[in-house]
Amino acid sequence: MNKDILVVIEHIRGEVADISYMMIAAARQLAETTEGEVLAVLMGSGIENLAGNLAADKVIYLEDPQLANFTSDTYQQSLENLIRENNPRAVVLGHTSIGMEVASLLSAKSDLPLVSSCLSFSGENGSVKFTSQLYGGKILAEGLIPEPIALLTMVPGGYKPEDGQSSTPPLVITAAAPQFADLEISVKQYIEPETGDVDITSEPLLIAVGRGIQLEDNIEIAEELAEAIGGVVCASRPVVDQGWLPTSRLVGKSGYQVKPKVYLTLGISGAPEHTEGIAGSETIIAINTDPAAPIFNIAKYGVVEDIFDLVPVLTEKLEES
Amino acid sequence: MNIVVLAKLIPDLVEELEIDDSGTALDMTWLRLIINELDDHAIEEAILLKERTGANVTVLAPDIEGVDDILFTAAAKGAERLIKIVGDYESGVNNHALARVLTPVMKDLQPDLILVGVEAHEDLDGSIGPLLAGYLDLPFIGYVASIELEDGKATATKEYPGGLSVEMEVTLPVVLGIQVAEEPPRYVAVSKVRQAMKTAEIEELEAGDFDLAGGPTIDRMYQPEVSEGATIIDGSLDDIADSLIGIFKELGVQ
Ligand SMILES: Cc1cc2nc3c(=O)[nH]c(=O)nc-3n(C[C@H](O)[C@H](O)[C@H](O)COP(=O)(O)OP(=O)(O)OC[C@H]3O[C@@H](n4cnc5c(N)ncnc54)[C@H](O)[C@@H]3O)c2cc1C
Ligand SMILES: Nc1ncnc2c1ncn2[C@@H]1O[C@H](COP(=O)(O)O)[C@@H](O)[C@H]1O
Repeated sequence: MNKDILVVIEHIRGEVADISYMMIAAARQLAETTEGEVLAVLMGSGIENLAGNLAADKVIYLEDPQLANFTSDTYQQSLENLIRENNPRAVVLGHTSIGMEVASLLSAKSDLPLVSSCLSFSGENGSVKFTSQLYGGKILAEGLIPEPIALLTMVPGGYKPEDGQSSTPPLVITAAAPQFADLEISVKQYIEPETGDVDITSEPLLIAVGRGIQLEDNIEIAEELAEAIGGVVCASRPVVDQGWLPTSRLVGKSGYQVKPKVYLTLGISGAPEHTEGIAGSETIIAINTDPAAPIFNIAKYGVVEDIFDLVPVLTEKLEES
Repeated sequence: MNIVVLAKLIPDLVEELEIDDSGTALDMTWLRLIINELDDHAIEEAILLKERTGANVTVLAPDIEGVDDILFTAAAKGAERLIKIVGDYESGVNNHALARVLTPVMKDLQPDLILVGVEAHEDLDGSIGPLLAGYLDLPFIGYVASIELEDGKATATKEYPGGLSVEMEVTLPVVLGIQVAEEPPRYVAVSKVRQAMKTAEIEELEAGDFDLAGGPTIDRMYQPEVSEGATIIDGSLDDIADSLIGIFKELGVQ
């Protein structure tokens, strides 16, 4: 019987991504059902120290200069090998710019079933159930994790990073990477984030604009509100993709994780890719015309109104007071 | 240079989603389908590359209601070849099945570059881009935000969180998963789309049987329960504004 759980640790430039700890927390729960061990897979060059606080039973550390920077082909080939050697019950990867493509490549090349966007798992008489998030978080889907070996990609939200960390360093087994074949991808250079005029990750009050703002010129109503109250404007992805605000203002999965005292949203639906960036906010206040918008599920206060009606009134009152 | 773009129609999230009687799938009866926004970006990127390099652009899509519109719109933007994959989509299809169907099609089309939106919000068995790359034995780079083509190679900028990106070089042919095009997808006038309907031709290819192996079976689909939703503030605009200011004061940000 396959029972161990492999967890692919994600790290970029010397830092373990939070999702890795969440995956370990999930894997701990999976391993309890399968009565196996949690084996964390760390791939890189000169990064053994990153294994130190992983709450895994063992860390398999693949050390190779060709693994120094992520590329999908070296990760896929390394994992193909490790899966053959370890015959795990499941391989857990992030539903991220690293894990997602590796999981799909592996699924096709090694003919292994794949369940993506897993939020949580639960054990049921030896078999394991997944709960996945789809349709922008508006729907959840459940089913059994395919046997005997399954690839799983995880989204944040179901587990806490703290539960995947440990103060006792795990056993680290250093192993050689496989002989890589037909590598077609090479990393040229990193491009640093635009340094913006402000650092939205340290602002106490953020006014976040979403697609509900409709036009570039309308950003002004958010700017005016921000000025009246002493906050800073940030945005969801569609607004930044339109070029209406710089990347330095982007909040979410591909942007920044923010942790303001107050996060006020104007016309943001609350898609999971956005909300994963705002989980650390103390209080979320949402203004949206759609009473069923998912943002109201995580906001403390909600207003179902048109931003173009409400925001000018609010700004005016703030300016008066 | 041949570029093939994959596009598909998915439920518009602006609409209310309902589960059907089986309890394991969306009720599609009244559902409005729209092009996957990221596929729209993939089409835009292909057209931008065509404008820069003179490449040929083929757009390929599953034959789901509304597909002609998205194909003709692509033609109006500059795609020269339109193909729809005809098959029995009603009984369910997943990305593994689609990628298997597309594998021989791609071997025929011989693209130098395959572009596809990096994911779609309905995917439960991984993304079609890397699955197809796996079956075709081609390299894959996802979360791509810009592409340069030169001497049989592509340089793609891949996005990581926090505004960091990385430039990767890859030999063609390659499959790239597009996160965002270099320019927002262009708007085309309805008259141009109508023109394309008259002049462009949509080729049809048979999908044959779908092999769903590789994806999970869904036992239950449901809307997430809200543990403790937001406290809704209502009243006149004046009242709401006053309440909000009260809350800001209480929270110490005003
Ligand atoms: C790989 C990947 C990474 C991503 N990364 C990010 C990310 O980092 N950050 C991010 O934000 N998104 C990200 N996204 C996109 C994400 O999936 C959503 O598409 C996006 O967050 C939606 O933005 P939105 O809420 O502004 O727009 P929509 O979802 O279109 O919502 C607009 C909302 O505005 C409301 N509205 C409209 N008009 C008004 C009005 N007049 N008054 C009040 N309300 C109004 C509507 O009811 C609606 O709820 C990513 C997607 C992918 C696939
Ligand atoms: N300049 C424009 N004129 C008319 N429609 C547009 C324009 N720009 C975008 N659109 C379309 O309007 C719709 C809504 O766009 P958006 O506000 O970005 O969600 C989309 O289908 C766009 O393709």
